[in-house]
Amino acid sequence: MALLDGQKELSKNPGSSDSRLVKQKLGFGCLTLTTFVTVIPIFAVVIYILIKGLPAISWSFLTSFPFDGVKQGGILPAIIGTFLLTLGTAIFSVPLGIGAAIYLSEYAPESRWTRVIRIAIINLAGIPSVVYGLFGLGMFVIFLKFGTSILAGSLTLSIMTLPVIISTSEEALRAVPQSFRVVSISIGATRWQTIRRIVLPQSLPGIITGVILGLERAAGETAPILFTAASFFLPRLPNSPLDPTMALPYHLFVISTQVPGMPVKIQYGTALVLIAFVLGMNLIATTIRSRARAHRQW
Amino acid sequence: MKIVITIISILLFILLFSCGQANETTPGSSNTSQISTIVNKGSDTLVNLALAWAEKYQQLFPNVEISVTGGGSGTGIAALINGTVDIANASRQIKQEETQQAKANGVDPVEYVVARDAIAIIVNPENPVNQLSIKQLSDIYSGKINNWKEVGGDDRIIVRLSRETNSGTHVFFLENVIRLGDPNNKTLFSTDTLLLPSSEGITAETRDNPNVIGYDGLGYVTSDVKVIAVGSKPDGPFVMPSAETVNNGQYPIARDLYMYTNGRPTGAIADYINWIMTTEAQTIVTQLGFVPIVKP
Amino acid sequence: MESTKNWNEYILTRLIKISGYSAIIFVLMIFYFLLREGLPTIGEVSFVSLISSRWYPIEEYFGLLPLIGGSLIVTLGAALFAIPIGICTAVFIAEIAPRWARDLLKPLVEVLGGIPSVVLGFLGILILAPSLRRLLDLPTGLTALAGSILLGGIAIPTIVSVAEDALDAVPRSYRDAALALGATQWQTIWRVTLPAARSGVLTAIMLGIGRTIGETMAVMMVTGNAAVLPIKWNSLFLPVRTMTATIAAEMGEVAKNSTHYHVLFFIGLVLFLISLGINIAASTAVFKQHMRAERILS
Repeated sequence: MALLDGQKELSKNPGSSDSRLVKQKLGFGCLTLTTFVTVIPIFAVVIYILIKGLPAISWSFLTSFPFDGVKQGGILPAIIGTFLLTLGTAIFSVPLGIGAAIYLSEYAPESRWTRVIRIAIINLAGIPSVVYGLFGLGMFVIFLKFGTSILAGSLTLSIMTLPVIISTSEEALRAVPQSFRVVSISIGATRWQTIRRIVLPQSLPGIITGVILGLERAAGETAPILFTAASFFLPRLPNSPLDPTMALPYHLFVISTQVPGMPVKIQYGTALVLIAFVLGMNLIATTIRSRARAHRQW
Repeated sequence: MKIVITIISILLFILLFSCGQANETTPGSSNTSQISTIVNKGSDTLVNLALAWAEKYQQLFPNVEISVTGGGSGTGIAALINGTVDIANASRQIKQEETQQAKANGVDPVEYVVARDAIAIIVNPENPVNQLSIKQLSDIYSGKINNWKEVGGDDRIIVRLSRETNSGTHVFFLENVIRLGDPNNKTLFSTDTLLLPSSEGITAETRDNPNVIGYDGLGYVTSDVKVIAVGSKPDGPFVMPSAETVNNGQYPIARDLYMYTNGRPTGAIADYINWIMTTEAQTIVTQLGFVPIVKP
Repeated sequence: MESTKNWNEYILTRLIKISGYSAIIFVLMIFYFLLREGLPTIGEVSFVSLISSRWYPIEEYFGLLPLIGGSLIVTLGAALFAIPIGICTAVFIAEIAPRWARDLLKPLVEVLGGIPSVVLGFLGILILAPSLRRLLDLPTGLTALAGSILLGGIAIPTIVSVAEDALDAVPRSYRDAALALGATQWQTIWRVTLPAARSGVLTAIMLGIGRTIGETMAVMMVTGNAAVLPIKWNSLFLPVRTMTATIAAEMGEVAKNSTHYHVLFFIGLVLFLISLGINIAASTAVFKQHMRAERILS
């Protein structure tokens, strides 16, 4: 504070310091404006979809099947499909991701191989979603003969989600103070016991946040499931992981670009459900993160 | 930790259980007799019709389940070649290369004509132009004519809309309009033609944008765009597309719509295709704005 | 008892180590599949054909230039406004906003990052494209510009998050030293803090651009998908076709092992290599920065 008082003192002299402060005020103004430009569209998008989509939402919309093509009725199979795909993604990516994070945080030496792993993770994070779709098609649908299925879609999505889970989990694990580990080892615990009973529980909120954020991304993606899992109209819910499924993002894509005479209300309704699902997960993750920060024991 | 796992397991259980339950309460599915499934994929022109047929058929025969997906004629035929569908919908005939690929994969495509269709030329309702000849359409779409005033309209740049290359409608248009039906003609769409993902995209842009010209199956034309008459010769006669003008050959851009199966179908698939040829199914064709092959 | 515990620990440790290396395995698998299905292109399509300017696969025209050009121009357009806005917003959040505003803005920006791209594309078709057409008196609103705007919206949250973290990590002592020398806060930000966080900010920009190049659904819905070479001065206001949209739109229609199939995988390979290149460049920049910093500080 004293420093800023000193600035005000200086500004009493005419000359360059005055213009510097003017420049600063202008600059700050510009930055505030820019931030508004970034933030306002967020509200605009969510509120607009809320307003336009709410009229379409009803209990039957959420729990019944579409009929008359897809122009009437509900979107239950798409909702269930997204749930199933997210679940499948979690099953594959969570153990693998957390395991990799534990390795990087607790076991890995600072060697060249470790650097290669990190580069690999950054690369996985950067691969375009449609390339994941291609890979999923080539590997899971065709090569492993799973066909267009929930299994193929989940596997593709889980590889895509892996980098997010690994990096956030690793950060959470690293945040646990070293002293915790040292104390645990000093009373005779093995490394794994330390991890399982001390480090992991302490970092769990951070890990869960990362997992939810990763799954949220997987739930909203269309390109990876375009050729690996998604179908336009299925008369019944999937019975096995080898069945194709409808899914919210794919459904929104199809009804907004390919169905003539599609009531706009239902399009907005579907968009609203998708956003609600994704943002809901976001909210849960953020809440866990801030509550964890408050209850942190270090 | 244990609590979290228990909660997740309970949720999982509920989810999987509800899948089974929902299936049993869905109208049209039975849990005692055997269920046959038919996988149907392909033309976006046909998809609404295929969906309507599937819905009606499943009401009549609840132990048959039919899943319908679009993606374009090319998609459907490719799926037939790859062995992943039972019936491929196509708004164009299968190409020679595709038949060869099919034979190479051990697939024998059998063709059925299930309906007929006209390709309507659509423009924005504000557009004063009412008729065009096939030659003019060819010149517009290949880039030789670029302004509406050259064909009697306002002074506006022509924005060309088309379906994607995987669409049978696209291929049909290329061969019969742009290339004037001549198999040796190698003219192509102008490079600045917008390739929109499907019919709805074309309708939406046409409804909104006065510079546009588009084409699509008659069944997809809505009342908020304007259909113009087409003449096979430069001075007419100019004919509007409809069921009669297609069936009596007056409308110059008419085509058959197909379903392809792998070999001669048997069992549930055969029953379904036979049903499609009946009056009952063809009434649905008329209702959706297409042209029936059988007079209802 | 002891020996079972040791066995368990041994197996678990092995599993964790495998998870750690899984990232490398996946990257290699993806690369392998893309190569396997994409390289036959080199044998089937001549090089001259690949660099021609006509993309019309159903008639065997496989010129990739319009597609590469399309991706480039959309990315450039997005970068042009996403980078300044993103960095300015990050500076605002990190340096100027009071504590309460920061805690509000950071999650808010994350929300924008969570909105699925198919939803943005959906709004793009219904609102952005028609508005652009009316406002700018264009023949059609489905243009590279529409794509750039949506992509910018997708890139900004990434840039803001990472850049903000980087700015936050700059030690207080840097800022205090600058202020002590009489600099205004404005001058401190632009001449001390930002340069100090240079590597993190650069990483942020590269990650943002990486996301932009790889985006599929939003561009497929609003850029018109016309395979034109974007070399005219007003190409930003004309339709284009990106590499990603091409793969997504055409993959469904290809017969396995046809030339078209191979070319699409080849495009996927190109995308993979581009993102690889960006990531390597980003991590080399970071690495070099660390080395320089170490040299200066030692």
